[in-house]
Amino acid sequence: MIEALQQRVNDDQGLIRRGRYLTTTFLLEVGATSWLISIFEGRIVAVTRGPFVMPSAAFALRASEEEWKKFWSKRPPPGSNDLLALIKRRALKAEGNLQVFMSHLRYFKEALAKLRAEGAAA
Amino acid sequence: MSARFEPITGRYMHLDLFGRPHRIYVEEAGEGTPLLCLHTAGSDGRQYRGLMNDTRVTANHRVIVFDMPWHGKSSPPAGWHDEEYQLTSAQYTTMVLEISAELGLDRPILIGCSIGGRIALHLALEHPESFRAIIGLQAGAHVDPYYDLNFLHRSDVHGGEVCGAVVSGLVGPDAPDKERWETLWHYMQGGPGVFKGDLYFYKLDGDIRDRVAQIDTRRCPLFLLSGEYDYSCTPEETLAVARSIPGCEVTIMKGLGHFPMSEDPQAFLIHLLPVLEKIGRS
Repeated sequence: MIEALQQRVNDDQGLIRRGRYLTTTFLLEVGATSWLISIFEGRIVAVTRGPFVMPSAAFALRASEEEWKKFWSKRPPPGSNDLLALIKRRALKAEGNLQVFMSHLRYFKEALAKLRAEGAAA
Repeated sequence: MSARFEPITGRYMHLDLFGRPHRIYVEEAGEGTPLLCLHTAGSDGRQYRGLMNDTRVTANHRVIVFDMPWHGKSSPPAGWHDEEYQLTSAQYTTMVLEISAELGLDRPILIGCSIGGRIALHLALEHPESFRAIIGLQAGAHVDPYYDLNFLHRSDVHGGEVCGAVVSGLVGPDAPDKERWETLWHYMQGGPGVFKGDLYFYKLDGDIRDRVAQIDTRRCPLFLLSGEYDYSCTPEETLAVARSIPGCEVTIMKGLGHFPMSEDPQAFLIHLLPVLEKIGRS
């Protein structure tokens, strides 16, 4: 499912345009499964599934499978509808160089919302 | 001719606040009972455009909204370029009372959202005689910081982009796109450090948890309305405040978020109009 991120993000011209100064690799953890997601000038160039021996990433977003499932549902319930809502509940941990994450916060919110069931708003 | 004018008029008020000259932008619409509106942190009075354009409100109310200093069309006072803006409870209280007095408002109804909802609780406690009723939107007694506020004001993060993105998830899921994105645009237009300076009041200085239960609703009726999708001031936090204050009336607004009057004025008015009617009858 996470692999779908690459095409869904890259198909959104507005998102690519807003991310044109973003080049980074971040670690996404869904429960025990980790993924390295590489972005070059707003386009996702690789989504690689772990486990990794020495993953190198600017920052990591870590939440349980259950929390991501709610976040990616068609109409997420209150408290699960936004990355910062998860962070506030301490359900999502954002760690590392968060300057990259915060300076492109809209990009990351909208990119990760691409994994929502069809018809859901970003 | 296809141009159409709204019934809102705007003026600039010159007055001294905290010992310094200020030029405050004030808008109003309608006639009747004064209804003084307070915008959220990092935004401005445009958030109340829906109320000010709705005859169900303006037929019986003189709706007044001002841009706080540093916000919207109220520029910061001279000397701002060498200061760090930080809103305090004392400043906010003074500002609301003095602007209300200078406008000659006779015990207005006060409505405030977020930081405006918080100061509404302070005013309900400390100055109940100044208002005929107080309506707190998204009003909680305290909010713990849940992200590093320094990101809101640093030169390697675009202030407008990050302020808009930080609050984007606070808009409810059913808000029309036009209103959702205009609400966020207001945040994107804030001056450097202004949203962060407002949050000094919201998350640090304005904590009223230990005193909120002392509010006496017999002296000034208090109504709390909060959106279901607000994770900054959650419905649970508003309900906790309401439970601690005898006589306080509370409504949780399904589907709405942190900016009810701005993100979806029509849905919000379904909840607000009965409150205004009740205040009008009393």
